[in-house]
Amino acid sequence: MATKRQTRQSGVPSVARGVGPTLSPRATLMQVALMIPCYIDMFYPEVGVATLELLEKLKVDVVYPFDQTCCGQPMANSGCFEEAQATEELFIKNFSRFDCIVTPSGSCTHHLRNKFTAVPDSPERRKISASVYDFVEFLHDVLQVREFPWANFKHKVALHTSCSAIRGLGMASMSERVNDPKFSKPKKLLEQVAGIQFVDFERPDECCGFGGTFSVTEEAVAAKMGYDKLEFIRKSGADYIVSSDMSCLMHLQGCARRLGANVKFLHIAQVLNGVAQ
Amino acid sequence: MSAVDQAKNAAAFIEDRTHEQHLDQLLWMMRTRRDEAASRVPEWEQLRDLASQIKEHTLSHLAHYLEMFESSAKANGVTVHWAQDAPEHNQIVYQILSDRNADSLIKSKSMLTEECETRPFLEARGIRVTETDLGERIQQLDNQPPSHIVGPSWHKTTQDVANLFARVYGSDKEKTDPVYLAHVMRVNTRPLIEQAKAGMTGANFAVAETGAVVTVTNEGNADLSANVPELRICSVGLEKIIPRNEDLAVFIRLLTRSATGNSITQYTSHFRSPRKNGEMHIILVDNGRSSRLGMEKFWRSLKCIRCAACMNTCPVYRRSGGLSYGSTYMGPIGIIMMPTFDAHRYSELPFSSTLNGSCTNVCPVKIDIHEQIYAWREVMEEKHQINLVKKEAMIVAGKVLSNPLLYRIAADSTETSLKVLPRFALYNHLNAWGRHRDIPQPAKETFHDWYKKHRS
Amino acid sequence: MSFRDAILQNVRNNQPSSRDLPAPPKFHSEQPVELKKQFAAALKELSGDVITEPPADFGKFLKNRFPDAKTICSAVPEYAGNRKPEDFARWSDASSIDVTIVRSPLGVAETGSVLLSEEEFRVNTIGFLAHDIVILLDPAEIVENLHDAYGHPHFRDKAYSLLMSGPSGSADIGGITVHPAQGVMTLTVIFWPLAETQNVRSAK
Repeated sequence: MATKRQTRQSGVPSVARGVGPTLSPRATLMQVALMIPCYIDMFYPEVGVATLELLEKLKVDVVYPFDQTCCGQPMANSGCFEEAQATEELFIKNFSRFDCIVTPSGSCTHHLRNKFTAVPDSPERRKISASVYDFVEFLHDVLQVREFPWANFKHKVALHTSCSAIRGLGMASMSERVNDPKFSKPKKLLEQVAGIQFVDFERPDECCGFGGTFSVTEEAVAAKMGYDKLEFIRKSGADYIVSSDMSCLMHLQGCARRLGANVKFLHIAQVLNGVAQ
Repeated sequence: MSAVDQAKNAAAFIEDRTHEQHLDQLLWMMRTRRDEAASRVPEWEQLRDLASQIKEHTLSHLAHYLEMFESSAKANGVTVHWAQDAPEHNQIVYQILSDRNADSLIKSKSMLTEECETRPFLEARGIRVTETDLGERIQQLDNQPPSHIVGPSWHKTTQDVANLFARVYGSDKEKTDPVYLAHVMRVNTRPLIEQAKAGMTGANFAVAETGAVVTVTNEGNADLSANVPELRICSVGLEKIIPRNEDLAVFIRLLTRSATGNSITQYTSHFRSPRKNGEMHIILVDNGRSSRLGMEKFWRSLKCIRCAACMNTCPVYRRSGGLSYGSTYMGPIGIIMMPTFDAHRYSELPFSSTLNGSCTNVCPVKIDIHEQIYAWREVMEEKHQINLVKKEAMIVAGKVLSNPLLYRIAADSTETSLKVLPRFALYNHLNAWGRHRDIPQPAKETFHDWYKKHRS
Repeated sequence: MSFRDAILQNVRNNQPSSRDLPAPPKFHSEQPVELKKQFAAALKELSGDVITEPPADFGKFLKNRFPDAKTICSAVPEYAGNRKPEDFARWSDASSIDVTIVRSPLGVAETGSVLLSEEEFRVNTIGFLAHDIVILLDPAEIVENLHDAYGHPHFRDKAYSLLMSGPSGSADIGGITVHPAQGVMTLTVIFWPLAETQNVRSAK
C-alpha cells in the first residue's frame, strides 16, 4: 500500500495539499472526475447529488463524464472477465485523461485500484488504478478537510464501514489485526459534524452480507447476515446507519424494511453535506 | 457427480434456528478468544510474517526438504513410504496392518486420512478403526464426516451429543453436561485403546532436520495412539515439512492461539523414532499437492497449518455449517483447496463468499485466501463451470454496461429498469433478492438526469 | 519409476522460485520477566496446578491430594512410590496407575509447559494412561518462551519429546473445555530444585 500511496500523491497538484482546518481560497481549483456507481445512479441519485454538492462547497472543480456507466465489478466478481472487458474499456475511455477520480463507493474504488484486470495492462489502466479515490479518502487524505461548518446531525449514529473500505482500501483499522493502532477515516470526518453521537455495536466490522452478486446467489445467508447486523445495531439504540458504501446500505435497508425496523439510512456524503433533517 | 449446491445446503441450515445460532455463537467465541490471545503477543504480526516466509521458502525447496526429512527419519529407524494418491495411501496402510495381523486400529485426528477416506477402506477389509479424538469419535458414531477441522462436532449441541451417546452407549440422554459426556466417551473408549494392535496419527508438522513428526492435541490421543500399541503409522501430507526445530517455535506459538485462543494445546508431541520394542512407519502423501505447487495463483494454499481461524471468522461458514460444503475441507480454506481435487464437484464453492477478506487477515501463515477465491471464479468461468443462467445474466450485463446509450435508456425507463438492469444483479428471477428483503425502488430521475438538468 | 521418484520429480518441476529462509529471533521481553510467576499463571489458565515449594512430607502431600490413590508410579529418586515404570512391561498396563511422578528438565514460562521424554518417563504411557500426574520441576530450568525451549537437546536426541501443558482436556462438545479427555485428569507441577542445586546453595 505504501508504494501505491507514493504513486498517487505524486499525481495530485501540490496546491490541494495542506488545506488544513480553514479552507483558504486557492488560485486554481483542483479538478476531479466524479464517478457515480450504477446503483447510485439508478436508485440513490441523492447520494450522487450530495457528493457533487459537497465537493463544490470544498472548491473542487468537478467534471462528470456523461458517458460513464460502471466500473466492471459485477461481471469481474462473477469470474466473467470477458464480459467485464468492454465495460472496463469504456471506463478507461471516459476517465483516463483525469489525474484524480473520486467516487462515493469503497467497493468500486477497491475494484478499480486493486483489481481492474479484465482489460490488458496499459499505461492508461495503471493511471486509473493510481488515480482513483474513495470519496472519504479524498476528503480525509487529499483535501484534509477537518471542518463541516454547514452540517448538523443531532442523532445517534451506527457507523458501518464496508469490507472493501476497511480491508481493501485501509480506510479504517480492522479487528483482525489486534495490535494495530485504531483509526477510522470516515469517523474522523463525521466527528466534525455538530451534534453527532456515535454508538458502538457488536461485531462492528463483520460483513453485512451484500457481497455483490452473493446477495442473490446465496440469498439466505446474505439476508441472515443482514438481519444479524441490524439486530446488533438495534441493541445499540442507533437512529441512523451511516456508511460510505451505498451497496451495503441498499442491502441492509432491504432487510430492515422487511423486518419493519425503524432505523434510517444515510450515505456519509449526505451527512457531511448537511442533509435536511 | 453433480456440483455441491452449498447455497441450498446453507439455506436449509439457516432454517434450523437452534443449530445456526449455536454454531455462529460458538465460532464467534473462538474468533474473539483468538483476538484476545493475539493481543497478548506484541510480536503477533511479525510471527505471521515469519511463518509465511518459512513456509514459502520450504515450498520453494520442497524436494530438497522431503529428501532431507526421509533421510533423517530413516536414520532414526523409521520406515518411510511414499503415496502418490489416496488409493495408494490406503493400500500402504492396509498392507502394513495385514502383514502384522493387526485387525484393530486406534487413530487420532488426521484430515489427510479424511481426504483419503482411509477409515471406510480399512473397515471394508475387516479392520476395526476407533477414532480417539472426541469430536472425530462423535462423528464416527453418528456416521457423519467432520464439520470443522479443529472441532469436528462443533455443529452439534450438547443435547445432540447426549442423544447420540444414549443411542450408542445407553447413557442418560437428559444429562447434557459436557463433563459427564466426556466421561462416557473416556470410559467406553479406554478399553479399545488398550487393546488396539496398531495406532495411526496424522502430523501437524514434519521437521526435516530431525526427521520428527509433530502432533498437537488437547487430549493426548495422538500420544496414546503412538505409544500404546507397538505398531504406529503416521500419514503426512507433503506440505507439512518445515526445515528446523527453531521454525517449530514460530508455528506452535501461532497455531493454538489462532485456533481456540489458548496459548498452546495440552500435548505438543514430537516423534523421532519408534517406541521401545515398536515399529514406526511414515507415509508421505502427495494426492495432488505436487501439482498444486505449480499453480501460480493457488500454491500458497499449501502453507495452511490447519488452525481453522478462517472458518471461525467467516460469516458465511458460521451461518452455513461445515457440512454444507460437502467437502473434506470447508469454509475459506476449503473453497481454495477443494477445486484442486475436483473442479466440477466444487465449482460453486468459490461463489460461497462475500470476498470480505476477514479470513486472509486472521490466517497465521498469511495465505491470500479471499484473493484466491476471486481468482478461482475466473478459472471456473474459463472451464465453463459457471451455471448457464448466471453466465447469460453476465453476458447481458456486459453488453448493457459497455454501451453508454443503451445503459441510459435502460436506467431511465422505470418500467424496464427493474426488469432489465437489476437482472444482472438479481439473476434469473426477482424473487431471489426479494425472498427476505424489500427490493430497492428505482428513483424518479437518475443521477444522469439530474446532472443534465442542473449542471450541464 | 517408483512412487517416490515420481512424486519428487513432480515436486521439482513445480516448485515456485526460491525464497529465503528467515532467522526467527528469540522475542525476549524488554521488561524483566518473573519466570516462575508467569509459568504458574500460564499453567493455571490451562487448568494445571503449581505448588511453589517441595512439600515437607511428600507422602502426606500425595495422600491429601489424591486420597483414593493406591498405585503410585514414581520415576524420581525424591519419592519411592509403590511402582516403578519398568514394572509395566506391557505399556497399556499403565492404565492401572493412579498417580505418576516424574521430573521435567525444562519449563516454559510463556505457556506453562513442561518438557518430558522417554528419558524421564522410561515407559511413555505412564504419562497419559495414569489418572493423575505430578511433575517435579527445578524453577531454575524455566525458560522464557518456546523459541528458547526448542533449543533443548531433547528435540534432537530423543525418540519422543512432549511439551505437556495442563491436564488432558477437550473442547469438542459445545466448545467448552472439560477435563479429562483420554489422558490424565489432573496435572500438578511442584517447583523442586534438584538435589545438587540445593547442596550448592547450602554450601555457599
